[in-house]
Amino acid sequence: MEYLFTNEQTQFRESLQNFFRKHSPTSEVRRLMETQLGFDREVWGNACRSLGLSGIAIPEKYGGSGFGPVELSIVCEEMGRSLYCAPFLGSVICAGSAINLSSANEETKEQYLSQIASGEIIAALAVTENKPLWRDENFVTAATPIDKNTFQLTGEKNYVISANAADVILVITNLEERATLFAVERDAEGLNVSDLSVMDPTRKMSACSFNKTPAQCLGSIDLETLCSHVLIYLSNEMIGGAQQLLDSAIDYTKLRFQFGRSIASFQAIKHRLADLLLELELAKSACYQAAQALADNEKIQERSSLAKSAANEAFLKAGLECIQLHGGIGFTWENDTHLWFKRAKSSEVLLGNSAMHYERLLLAIPTVDSALRRAS
Amino acid sequence: MSDFSELRKEVSSWINANWDANLDLITWRKKLADSGWGAPDWPREDFGMGLSPEESSVIEEEFSKKGVIGAAQSGVRLLAAVTILEHGTREQKDRYLKPILTGEENWCQLFSEPGSGSDLAGATTRADLIGDEWIINGQKVWNTSAHHADFGLLVARTNWDVPKHEGISYFIIDMRQEGVEVRQLKQMNGHASFNEVFFTDARVSREDILGAEGRGWQVAMTTLAYERRSFDRARRVSSDMAGDASIYREYEMELEKANEPYKWYPQRAGRGDLVLETAIETRAIENAAIRQEIARFHVLNESAKWTAARAKAAQKAGQPQGPEGSLGKLAASRVAQSAARVHTSIMGNGALLTGEGSLKDGVLAEVLVSTPAISIAGGTDEIQKNIIAERVLGLPKEPRFDSGPFRDVQKNADKNST
Repeated sequence: MEYLFTNEQTQFRESLQNFFRKHSPTSEVRRLMETQLGFDREVWGNACRSLGLSGIAIPEKYGGSGFGPVELSIVCEEMGRSLYCAPFLGSVICAGSAINLSSANEETKEQYLSQIASGEIIAALAVTENKPLWRDENFVTAATPIDKNTFQLTGEKNYVISANAADVILVITNLEERATLFAVERDAEGLNVSDLSVMDPTRKMSACSFNKTPAQCLGSIDLETLCSHVLIYLSNEMIGGAQQLLDSAIDYTKLRFQFGRSIASFQAIKHRLADLLLELELAKSACYQAAQALADNEKIQERSSLAKSAANEAFLKAGLECIQLHGGIGFTWENDTHLWFKRAKSSEVLLGNSAMHYERLLLAIPTVDSALRRAS
Repeated sequence: MSDFSELRKEVSSWINANWDANLDLITWRKKLADSGWGAPDWPREDFGMGLSPEESSVIEEEFSKKGVIGAAQSGVRLLAAVTILEHGTREQKDRYLKPILTGEENWCQLFSEPGSGSDLAGATTRADLIGDEWIINGQKVWNTSAHHADFGLLVARTNWDVPKHEGISYFIIDMRQEGVEVRQLKQMNGHASFNEVFFTDARVSREDILGAEGRGWQVAMTTLAYERRSFDRARRVSSDMAGDASIYREYEMELEKANEPYKWYPQRAGRGDLVLETAIETRAIENAAIRQEIARFHVLNESAKWTAARAKAAQKAGQPQGPEGSLGKLAASRVAQSAARVHTSIMGNGALLTGEGSLKDGVLAEVLVSTPAISIAGGTDEIQKNIIAERVLGLPKEPRFDSGPFRDVQKNADKNST
């Protein structure tokens, strides 16, 4: 990409937009968010087959299309814009990235990734216990060895995305002081998945408890890297949502007449929208640059935190502004703004708020890190 | 793409045959102007060679490779040149272009007024045709380098009975005359980069109108369109060319004089480059609350750089300008003001001091008192937001109150009547 999208990438984006416009109008989002499952298996299956969405991040040798992080970020952005309800973030991004980045052998990777790629299985990734950032010092879930590759897990994982639909739950906890990836089948003994009452009903989450639950050890994993990967995709999803909110505010203020004129002709409104556009374009640059950093495998810790904090601020501001610019109607359930506002709020805290990422990105800068080491 | 090897050969052989470091600067530049190599992208009949901007920069490269001094183009001179090239008569081109290239004559821009800043077309400096001369009365402000200018690019009102944009004419005025008074304007940061210019029955000969009477707004648009580009160029010209010959000393002095008004501009932009290093040097980095502020600034600063890079890449690829292309000025304001904030936190009590004994030899103190200018100069943030809202987001314009004859348009409130 190097600052610009290619023609192929732009065409790809347009085909995604067409698909989501057709299959994810807000009437459909509203229908699905009221269901326990939270998505339409038929539409998801169709997206996996016709658009190859589930295989997009997965290397060709495992049956995916092997697109790069930039294309995958485009998918996330367009999904965020349309609030398309699917186990994409949970299964493809989180679980897929975890398997790909783990030390699992080729055979194991192939087994899981090809099934995720085809959409045959839905996987969920259970990492978070109490703290939002994925740090191994936070884990208390215990892994007890039974034989060479089989363990028993005991503990609780929280805020597990798409666990309600998952065929397999991938769990990360410490084994001999190393973050390690385990696989738990959905029907495993001692596994309890209970749906959480989440603020953003378009993204289902569950709490998972394990009581001497049999698990297969897949290999170790670098949590910081995994965290960076997921953050970058999440951030790109967020700016898509922010764009939708800006567009909606513009459309509405143009049509709304008060005092005999369109309210969009008042500078009080224009200046707010111009400021919001600036905020959004700045955040887009941070997110696109982060996707490119992932492709180049360069400075991903700094770039991922930069992208997440920029996306946090832009998306939240877009949500608040969009409600304000709609006036009273923007506060109603009937108006669609709250759907994106709730996504903005929940995304803001998912995997760490801005304050956490400000600290994380500074610590990724070598001169800052060494200055702080000298001090302590 | 061509590597312009033919062109390089040609310019190279001209330089070998003509460059002489023992000439004085003006003599050398006269030779250069007559040859066309001094302004290769100008038309052949006007001291140029009619080449493209790309070819022109190839020639510039060859000049600097060989340590050859080029034409004097920096500062307002280039604005004058492009405006005269586009709107001037044959006589005007013959009279003014060559001394622009040689650097013998200096120029200033006379657009803004105390009563018309954002609303440039509301100018009230008047020009009345009496006999064969235009008689000028009024006041201009924010005129860079007017104190050593020989000529000015003047926008003045020639008709008060038509809508404001239609009653403006554009003149070339001789600054060295009775009736033109230039006063330096001292800024809050202590520098004096601008002037106020007062006209009391100053004179412009009838043939020194540029463009037709009443068409001054269109001519001014040409100047304004080139304004940004030319200042970028002025800063790009560096004095890294060196030699023992006195022509290089003349050249350096010329550059120093031209760059003098702009020497605080990096501080105006916030000096974000100094944030991390100062925080580490002062150990402010050890304070978690200040780290939050630093990181917040870092996110903004990096995002703004990438946004500018996106805009530039799109322009280079010939793609239609996206929203990112119009946001640079507004983003720069935000970056500068955030930088000033975070610098203040890092400096602590150090921010109480100014001058060379203060942090970073006074550079940071200068940042604190220079950044307020950035959201005003070259179009206020408020005007930028109007432009973005109307041209990028497609929002409707506000109703106007100044579309009738200019005479009837309300001006600044008269203190005596309120």
